[in-house]
Amino acid sequence: MSGQSQNIADQGADIQARENMLAGEGHARRTEFSRSWGRFKRFKPGVVALIFIGLLSIVAIIPGVFEPYSYSETNLRERGESPTWEHPFGRDDIGRDVLSRLIRGTRVAFIVALSAMTISLAIGLTVGALSGYFGGWVDATLSRLVDTIMAFPLLVLMITLAAVIGPSLQTTVVVIGLTVWSQYARVVRADVLSVREREFVFAARAIGANDGRIIVRHVMPNVLGPIIVLASLAVGGIIILEAALSFLGLGIQRPTPSWGGMLADGRAHIRNYPHIAIVPGIMIFLTVLAFNLIGDGLRDALDPRQRES
Amino acid sequence: MYRYVIQRLLQGIIVLFLVSIATFGILQAAPGNPVETMLGEGATQLTQEDYDRLLQKWGLDKPWYEQYFTWLGNFVTGDFGQSMVRAGVPVHEMVLEAAWPTIQLTSLSLAFAILVALPAGMIAAIRRYSIFDSGIMVWASAGIALPNFWVGLMLIILLALYLGWLPPSGGGDWKHYIMPVFVLAINETAVLARLMRGAMLEVLGQDYITTARAKGLREYVVIVRHAVRNALLPIVTVVGLRMAFLLSGTVVVESIFAWPGIGQLFITSVNRSDYQVVQAIVVLFTVLVIVANIVTDLTYAIIDPRIRLN
Repeated sequence: MSGQSQNIADQGADIQARENMLAGEGHARRTEFSRSWGRFKRFKPGVVALIFIGLLSIVAIIPGVFEPYSYSETNLRERGESPTWEHPFGRDDIGRDVLSRLIRGTRVAFIVALSAMTISLAIGLTVGALSGYFGGWVDATLSRLVDTIMAFPLLVLMITLAAVIGPSLQTTVVVIGLTVWSQYARVVRADVLSVREREFVFAARAIGANDGRIIVRHVMPNVLGPIIVLASLAVGGIIILEAALSFLGLGIQRPTPSWGGMLADGRAHIRNYPHIAIVPGIMIFLTVLAFNLIGDGLRDALDPRQRES
Repeated sequence: MYRYVIQRLLQGIIVLFLVSIATFGILQAAPGNPVETMLGEGATQLTQEDYDRLLQKWGLDKPWYEQYFTWLGNFVTGDFGQSMVRAGVPVHEMVLEAAWPTIQLTSLSLAFAILVALPAGMIAAIRRYSIFDSGIMVWASAGIALPNFWVGLMLIILLALYLGWLPPSGGGDWKHYIMPVFVLAINETAVLARLMRGAMLEVLGQDYITTARAKGLREYVVIVRHAVRNALLPIVTVVGLRMAFLLSGTVVVESIFAWPGIGQLFITSVNRSDYQVVQAIVVLFTVLVIVANIVTDLTYAIIDPRIRLN
């Protein structure tokens, strides 16, 4: 018994070693990375965007350090106060400091965007890889599933789901994660379809690697470029979707500060305190724009086929 | 060709069937039950017998699959049920009433987006690397990242509240159309302009363009007859695929401008838990998306002789 498992382990190590040879592990990968970085650096707006998102990430991780006032403390006597030197973006409809809420809202935007993206990428990658690699009835079934989700206008589906589950931060993440994956599945499927016919996949199969191993070790690394690009472009879309949901009252709920929720407050008091609605929208715009520019840069760096001429 | 059409229609019907099951399932899982929703506070004063009678009246005492097929049968024949909130009002009346404003809004927006984006993308490609090209590209990147609900609010503040030029909300004369149509068109315009530029650049690099120029054709003829016609092909597909985005957009835009269309009806129905209406709208929207996709595929096949459908 133990001899047999030892044997299997040996075989595993053996396959590993041979695969490493096939893939030219180590050295080649590092130079590929630096070459991609070199290409990315040439796209200046992308570099600026990366710095911006880097700074925002720090704000999202430790918002307390940057908030000049409490983001939740109300002050009804000063409600709707216009921008002043002390409160550069003014106060909201119940007297909270708009700048502090904006800073705290960064955290919510990042939490939702990253978690929803992770969920949708995980589903999209799995479905796309299985669909493309196995073909046949697996592909037919999964493709209909993807078609079904793509036939829903996304926001309409999200609103319905959020209303039924009951809106909250968790709901928002789950609802977005469960609905936006279909487009990744399509892209991954198409890429896997072409990669699985390449020689190194045949070679891996010839030396005895099983399907799971081939998918994870050989197919996926070769479709990673387009996926990273897609993911970075998707983050922007997710931030807008979250803001739209929160704006309509079906995303992040009060009193948690979110950019979309702040816009909803601004809309409710648009006649008396129009300043509340201005800055959250600018933050959404800049953040989405930055993620999109990073995506464009990554496309040039990682996915030469799709490069926009 | 006919085989393909039939195949696509069948596929569409399967997807529609799955969508309707999914929608039905999601709304079945909604907390509370329709009788309580409809009667509000009054529900507590009902006797058990009355309650059961109401359940029976609406078929809510039957198992879910029976309810589903009853609903499906009715839906196919154009009976979308009755609103639970506006008691007794048939859902199809509410939807029909709201349909025309939404059709106007979406078609005007799409027309606006196409009329602005295609020439812009074309000129950007022809004058590549010019200031105009950079301008278009910056504007297109911005247009994709702009949250349209925020632009809507800003326009209301500026044009309606501050300057008083346009009405802030509602339907009515032509002035009511300007802001909603423009706001709904922002993202589409950006997407289409970018795409048109890309398609045009690709076509301009093709050999047949060089051939056309070598033949001594005037640049105008080369661009209009040879380049633009071919560059438009991928655009047709995308316009069809954007249907789903456009419908999503109406929900937000109609809500901001209190536009009396289906998007607003959808949001109010969600907030009032009027799930009969929600269900009808979701299924109706997906029918539109599926039909738009099939029509797009067929159009594509008709205008591009290289495509052989099978």
